[in-house]
Amino acid sequence: MKFITVAGPPSSGKTLVIIHLIRLLKDDYLKVVVGKIDCHETADGTLFKERLRIPVVVGRSDYVCPDHYGVVNAEEIFKFGESHDADITIVETAGLCHRCAPAIIGCMAIAVVDNVSGIDTPRKIGPMLTTADVVVITKGDMVSQAEREVFRSNVLEVNPDAKTVELNGLTGMGSLNLKRVVLDAPDIDTLTGMELRHDMPAAVCSYCEGETKIGSDYQMGNIIKMDVKEVENGYQ
Amino acid sequence: MDINEIKIVSGTDKNGNSESVEELTIRKGDILVLAGPTGSGKSLLLSDIEQLANGDSPSGRRVLVDNKVMDPFSMRITACLSQNMHFVMDLDVGSFIGLHAKSRKIETNNTVEKVLKQANDLAGEPLSADMHLASLSGGQSRALMISDAALISNAPVVLIDEIENAGINKTMGIQLLSTEGKMVLIATHDPTLMLTAQKRIIMKNGAMFRLIQSDDVERKHLKYFLEIDRVLEGFRHSLRHGNRLDEETLKRLVELEGANHEQ
Repeated sequence: MKFITVAGPPSSGKTLVIIHLIRLLKDDYLKVVVGKIDCHETADGTLFKERLRIPVVVGRSDYVCPDHYGVVNAEEIFKFGESHDADITIVETAGLCHRCAPAIIGCMAIAVVDNVSGIDTPRKIGPMLTTADVVVITKGDMVSQAEREVFRSNVLEVNPDAKTVELNGLTGMGSLNLKRVVLDAPDIDTLTGMELRHDMPAAVCSYCEGETKIGSDYQMGNIIKMDVKEVENGYQ
Repeated sequence: MDINEIKIVSGTDKNGNSESVEELTIRKGDILVLAGPTGSGKSLLLSDIEQLANGDSPSGRRVLVDNKVMDPFSMRITACLSQNMHFVMDLDVGSFIGLHAKSRKIETNNTVEKVLKQANDLAGEPLSADMHLASLSGGQSRALMISDAALISNAPVVLIDEIENAGINKTMGIQLLSTEGKMVLIATHDPTLMLTAQKRIIMKNGAMFRLIQSDDVERKHLKYFLEIDRVLEGFRHSLRHGNRLDEETLKRLVELEGANHEQ
């Protein structure tokens, strides 16, 4: 079975990208299941079910970090895929902070970013983008040809080995190219013992444990304090 | 990469029947119009070209580049000028052109000037390097997009989706792309634009239905279309600047119609 992670900032179009991809995979008679990780309520689970009629499992991370939660439950989602005899299991992450990435060594990792987010975005979002095998760039219809080309070149600057796929989430234009790379994703027998491409952030301060008050007196554990210095100029 | 031609080997229509146009070859500098009612399959054909379909898209078409199957990830084959007429970048025109040139590893010194000059030839209102992208009018943005696609973008095919009359010389814009060696594909419903191209492909029920070569009689029509366009453009200009229509303008229209009848 192929196990594929899809990450990307909120509203970049992850869900629609996955829907267009799965439509094409289904046309090829492949069996696909989706694991959707989110923090709060999400209707995406039913969206996949209604539009694609495929098995879906939804996990809500609630008060823990959704990326930690995703890794903690990766094996469970993998087994869910196996129990449905899936050819491909796709995990859509919540993708909120840019500190880490869900990419696993030996599994295909897809990142979704959108053209409208600004041409500096590829430099800002870190491991989510730099560890991806495939970068799907959405919302190209909302910018000019030149802006698309500059954005793509900025993606390749931080991740020169990535395959880039331009995909219009509304029309699905571009999904054929995404399907082509996904068909080349490696097959694996188990996730147990496999390794993340990037470490997860430490999340062991008092706020992780429910603290809500502001101030040094309330802060315990793994705390990093800012070095408050005015920015001189240039990119930091 | 220098590409001389793209060949589309036909597939099937929405019902699985073979397309009546068996093969379509587009060469460097060609201008090809794509026409047909909504839902006739224009978008899928454009999508097949953009993604270099190899029998693996719903149409079953194959797109060959210089007679070979090409890896769709090795280069971007198409640049697209859509109906979008605004930039989202927060930059002045000069830096924007420079940035695009840099991303394509093109030497930037003369490029900015060249792109600006072309854009100015196309636009009704002048634009300069220090203007902010967000402050450009629709016509200025469109002129800059065309000039930039012709001179900086390296994609051999330019897809144009229903180019609007946004205060620019559209036939000149298309000519510019063609003389820069692009293969220009225009999806349009505008009769003038359709006749500007040497060839047009008509889509029907998802298939390439008919390939029509424009001839002398059609060219003669074009002359009148252009005249009608010019007259309309004159009225557009006049009305936009606060003038009223009167007996005088009506008389000129009637005379024009009479003159056309006599020719």
